[in-house]
Amino acid sequence: MFENLSDRFNAAFRNLSGRGRISEDNVQEAMREVRTALLEADVHLDVVKDFCDQVVKEAMGAEVTQSLKPGQEMIGIVHQKLIELMGPVEPGVMFVDPGPTIIMMCGLQGSGKTTTCGKIAAYLKTRGKNVMVVAADLQRPAAVEQLKVVTEQVEAEARGNATVSFYGEPDKCAEYGQAVGVAVGVCQRALKEARANKTDVLILDTAGRLHINDDLMKELEGINRSIKPQQIYLVVDSMIGQDAVNSAKAFNERLEIDGVILTKFDSDTRGGAALSVKQVTGAPIKFIGTGERFEALEEFHPERMAGRILGMGDVVSLVEKAQEEVSEEEAEAMAAKMAEGKLTMDDFLKQLKSIRRMGPMKQLLGMLPGVGSALKNVEVDDKQLDRLEGIVHSMTKPEREDVKLLTRSRVKRVAKGSGSQPADVNKLTKQFDMMSKMTQQMSSMGPGGKMKAIRELQRTDPNLVPGLKGMPGIGSARGSTKTKSIKSSFKKRKKGK
Amino acid sequence: MGIFTKTVSAIRKGLARTREALFGGLSALLSGKTLSNDLIDEIEEYLIKADVGVKATNAIIDELRQAFESGEVQKGEDAIEFLKNHLKSRFKQMDRSIAKSSTPGMPTVILVAGINGAGKTTSVAKIAKSLRDEGRTVLLAAADTFRAGAVAQLEIWAQRLGVDLVKGEQGSDPAAVAYDATEAALARGVDVLLIDTAGRLHTQKNLMEQLTKIRRVVTKKIPDAPHEVLLVLDATNGQVAITYAQEFRQAIDVTGIFLAKLDGTAKGGIVLAIQDALDIPVKLVGVGETPEDVEPFDPESFIDAMFEG
Repeated sequence: MFENLSDRFNAAFRNLSGRGRISEDNVQEAMREVRTALLEADVHLDVVKDFCDQVVKEAMGAEVTQSLKPGQEMIGIVHQKLIELMGPVEPGVMFVDPGPTIIMMCGLQGSGKTTTCGKIAAYLKTRGKNVMVVAADLQRPAAVEQLKVVTEQVEAEARGNATVSFYGEPDKCAEYGQAVGVAVGVCQRALKEARANKTDVLILDTAGRLHINDDLMKELEGINRSIKPQQIYLVVDSMIGQDAVNSAKAFNERLEIDGVILTKFDSDTRGGAALSVKQVTGAPIKFIGTGERFEALEEFHPERMAGRILGMGDVVSLVEKAQEEVSEEEAEAMAAKMAEGKLTMDDFLKQLKSIRRMGPMKQLLGMLPGVGSALKNVEVDDKQLDRLEGIVHSMTKPEREDVKLLTRSRVKRVAKGSGSQPADVNKLTKQFDMMSKMTQQMSSMGPGGKMKAIRELQRTDPNLVPGLKGMPGIGSARGSTKTKSIKSSFKKRKKGK
Repeated sequence: MGIFTKTVSAIRKGLARTREALFGGLSALLSGKTLSNDLIDEIEEYLIKADVGVKATNAIIDELRQAFESGEVQKGEDAIEFLKNHLKSRFKQMDRSIAKSSTPGMPTVILVAGINGAGKTTSVAKIAKSLRDEGRTVLLAAADTFRAGAVAQLEIWAQRLGVDLVKGEQGSDPAAVAYDATEAALARGVDVLLIDTAGRLHTQKNLMEQLTKIRRVVTKKIPDAPHEVLLVLDATNGQVAITYAQEFRQAIDVTGIFLAKLDGTAKGGIVLAIQDALDIPVKLVGVGETPEDVEPFDPESFIDAMFEG
């Protein structure tokens, strides 16, 4: 998401690292590059100017540590300044007792309020909160219907035992401008029902509006006065330009927003809004939306985001994602099996599925240090994982327990059943075999030994992670930007022998 | 000959704020002053903040600085005149009318695409209303089968405008809806078929391929269709708009841009950035919430409107 920016930053400072010391001249030169990069990434001009001035000031005052090159020193300063620019922020939702905690969502048209309501509801459901979502958008045709469908989907599919319910009065909708103010009453009745139901959190989905539309802004103020939401979130499209950021400021002036939710973050290879919003509005970013599915919502952490911008990756978020998917008991049970070398194909399938629930492979890999910009032009094909799943699904139960049962004719059957080639099946079982041996060894090693074993494993088979070949630093074909299918890479290896 | 014959009239209304915020400010900045390097720096900031983009701004400012140094432009008023002419000259002569089927009796097909939340469905409603008001028969195709409530949203518009609609089930193949709609358009002998598609991000490869497929099935039915492929672009977006416009052009061969939400939040500078970076003409602009709020885009009057105080 920040590939563009981190590349430009690194290029600017790489030139610097060739020189002996930080001087006014070479810093200014590097910062000119940074300035253009930030502006092209849609960071607001005032923010850019402030930021660059501060970095230069800091850099001039800094004593270059002996061990660091000037380029590294500069990256360190920029990293710190980025964190200050975006933070501090208390991530997550604050709850009041007694409930319900009321959250009001507002923003411009098309910023993604309704989708985000579903995401917040899902986020709260997995945290054991009973949620009621209120359709307070009576302007846009079918907005009530949309929220209802979204809510039902979250209730049915999101993890957690809490309930997510919907409140709406579709008969109150009217043509644009005809139903202004009606939303206040809808919210009041929803609050009454929420109290009766002992709802923990009430989320109000308001209509999109321009900050200069006085009637509609008054409606928001009306809801604010009569319902008194504890938290007001402004939903902001992460692709907004220089001028639109000012609208966020206007919303804040009228409503004192508590936080910003940046949407469509997966779209954006630059992410300038993430840098502008705090300084322009004064309100911190609370969450970022990273996809269309309702799970695609992340808490915002300035230090992690700064790391991503500079291409340092975000391992902490990756680990958290993993923890959300796999419970500690599950992980321990799996580790025990590994230690005994009793890993089955079913376990493999389970792991594969948890990884896939965490998000698209490219997004996950982008969180590893240095991988983001390397992946920029690489197509990571999630479909190859589908094929692997297909192969395992075509095996019988006993075969999954013990892959050694797979004779030539069984392999043929599995290949036919999964629409793949026998070679693909053999390759998977071979890799699996190797992996379980390796994990068994690793379980009895210290951390240093583990890393060595992983490197060893990669050397013996660079295609262990499917769909990743050609990625510099992981596969063997350094610099290649094309991913090859399992089939073609298999052929190539055979030829080489 | 274009299909969209509405005359340029109220573009000024939508640009009132543009004028006031951008060039109103510039007029105030420049009027009665003598040009200096500092003043040119201030103009540069104005342009950047109006989303004109670094590249286009640099090009404009370089020319202005040259003119200043050669003594051609001295006073603030001269600078306004210079900028006005210069900006106009940046717009190439392009056909900005909405294309029409050249085969008599065959419907004109307009395919509408864009990223999530750009304003596609509202824009489709606006185009439909203008065409209906000109006495053309319009058929709408709700091919956004992905987003919850999207079909219902277009259905409400169809009812309000009194035009026909072809729709699919939520979750069904949007290309199938486009195919059915094209067949229906041929069978019913309508003048224009407007296809609304689901919002998608340019980074979602599979969804971009789906768009290509929608285009393909329409062409299969009517060889020279779609006659117009409109990308709805959110005017409040920053320079990232150029990136995604390029991606959409690659996927579906965009023939024109519908610039939505030009009222209120945008200074409209993105029009200049797009003009500089892409060869796609801006054809229509959306300037409000109601279905009347659509205007054909005309660079001359756009820039004139910007400068009229």
